[in-house]
Amino acid sequence: MSDVKLLKGNEVIAEAAIRCGCDGYFGYPITPQSEVMETLMERAPWNTTGMVVLQAESEVAAINMVYGGACCGKKVMTSSSSPGVSLKQEGISYLCGAELPCLIVNVQRGGPGLGTIQPSQADYFQTVKGGGHGDYKLIVLAPNSVQEMNDFVDLGFELSFKYRVPAMILSDGMIGQMMEKVTLSPKKPRRTEEEIIKEDGDWATTGKTADREQNVITSLALKAEEQEATNLRLQAKYKEIQENEVRYETYKADDAEYLLVAFGSCSRICSKTVDTAREDGIKLGMIRPITLFPFPTKQIKEFAKQVKGFMTVEMNAGQMVEDVRLAVNGEKPVEFYGRFGGIIPSPEEIRVALEKQLFNK
Amino acid sequence: MDVKEIIAKGDLVYEKTKVLTDKEMHYCPGCTHGTVHKAIAEVIEEMGIQEKTIGISPVGCSVFAYEYLHIDWQQAAHGRAPALATATKRLMPEKYVFTYQGDGDIASIGCAEAIHACNRGENILMIFINNGIYGMTGGQMAPTTLDGMKTATSPTGRTVEQNGYTLDLTKMIAPLPGVCYVARHSADTAAATRKLKRALKKGFENSMKNKGTSFVEVISTCNSGWKMSPVAANEWMRENMFPVFPLGTIKDE
Ligand SMILES: Cc1ncc(C[n+]2csc(CCOP(=O)(O)OP(=O)(O)O)c2C)c(N)n1
Ligand code: SF4
Ligand SMILES: [Mg+2]
Repeated sequence: MSDVKLLKGNEVIAEAAIRCGCDGYFGYPITPQSEVMETLMERAPWNTTGMVVLQAESEVAAINMVYGGACCGKKVMTSSSSPGVSLKQEGISYLCGAELPCLIVNVQRGGPGLGTIQPSQADYFQTVKGGGHGDYKLIVLAPNSVQEMNDFVDLGFELSFKYRVPAMILSDGMIGQMMEKVTLSPKKPRRTEEEIIKEDGDWATTGKTADREQNVITSLALKAEEQEATNLRLQAKYKEIQENEVRYETYKADDAEYLLVAFGSCSRICSKTVDTAREDGIKLGMIRPITLFPFPTKQIKEFAKQVKGFMTVEMNAGQMVEDVRLAVNGEKPVEFYGRFGGIIPSPEEIRVALEKQLFNK
Repeated sequence: MDVKEIIAKGDLVYEKTKVLTDKEMHYCPGCTHGTVHKAIAEVIEEMGIQEKTIGISPVGCSVFAYEYLHIDWQQAAHGRAPALATATKRLMPEKYVFTYQGDGDIASIGCAEAIHACNRGENILMIFINNGIYGMTGGQMAPTTLDGMKTATSPTGRTVEQNGYTLDLTKMIAPLPGVCYVARHSADTAAATRKLKRALKKGFENSMKNKGTSFVEVISTCNSGWKMSPVAANEWMRENMFPVFPLGTIKDE
């Protein structure tokens, strides 16, 4: 049977989870991502791989179920959309403080408040700058296709376990709802109890056997020196992640005089703008950050030597643009164009914005 | 000199359970938490389940329970222990999983997680330390604070007009079909603690029988928060709390 299928982004998250050997999914329904749990319930993986799927009473409970599962060294995940992800922030902060691996998917919708169920990228700040309390970072992957929704489930778990830092797939209602051809990942078995003990038995709560000390998962340190030691360890990890895990993609950027910067669904739209500009002889290119943390700061800084100016395009009021400006550090103009509230910008209006804000300035 | 050098092996009638660590407890003298910790540790030892037991500690004075019981522990956010326990038990069904929570933790901020874990009939043991006050944060009012009781946030005494009624969470939980065992005990005398231990044992045993949730409340003292001597606190508890929260087995199916 071919593993190439036509699926919705949200459905693919579920398929990929089962295939990558995920142990548990805990969620609470919210548009536009409910298909993730619906697909899992329909596929009933507890009968095949033994994966646990549970509808929790709230996003608060769901993220804390993820916390419990992660404590056991299990591959666990949750998904939600913006208002639900806000509720998860306490749990996310605890997961970071306790240095636990897990995967969180945010299929963003417009806010603030109950907002709209239409796509948005307005949770960039919340995700990248730390939506919960304390100094922490998530590993943030921003897919721009259904294929990447598939690929980033496995990648997210892999990176998360490698560094024991939670990973977030920052998607949006457009990627979650759209159908595309996707090559599903090969099936991987779930880790056995023995494998977990062998690989993560030095920290996971798998039961205190006579041959080892007790394992305690906690984010509590009453002594300031202890807490600072935790913070320093976390910062060292984030530095390592910044050095080793930056992922980005460029499009027609080699000879570009102007560069668009866009992530996720906006990058799909921007590639159209690049194509039409090129037809008109304008040397426009694009850089797409794939990891939002770690951010491709160095790469963008490098482009500042080459191009006359940048413009970020986002479905928000201008969030990632701050990181681009930090990277460019005043060397070249960095403009911003955005639509929000669930409105998706068109390639044409991006072109108009480029003309007005960058080309003719 | 080690105690074993003084007492010959054959004469030894009582020994501290090895499931309790040798760390000095941070609890105030007279606090019920320490007694209940010991009861749990002894039950774990007697059942021989130290290697298979995962504890979930709360936010409250007993946040550090992991310092004293020599088993694997997860430290939960305030009120969320039942959610952690849910996932842990479902992902590792062969383990004995229990939560340990204060009244603020379980009956206030974590009320939803507690009720839903019970309603799903999670195969866990939930231990509820009801001292009628927020011990850790300095003696503020809890949902379980008795009417008229003075606390830091009800300095002239709790009133129905201002705060509503004293919450009996255990009574709310008992009718849920997901719950197989509900009992309310104390730990103020040796006899009471022995009864508590039997209840805890039953709860642990139930969790391996796929019968649903076991829920054991311990009516407790917080002599510091109540601003009483340990002896006076125990007397006050018997006089004032036992009538509102009567002891006994409420459900056993
Ligand atoms: C989200 C959150 N809110 C508030 C607190 C502060 N806090 C710590 S312990 C506690 C109350 C604990 O009372 P209880 O559960 O009755 O436990 P006790 O100390 O009495 O055993 C509170 C409000 C916190 N740590 N986290
Ligand atoms: S404050 Fe109260 S609950 Fe906390 S240790 Fe002291 S007596 Fe026990
Ligand atoms: Mg209390």
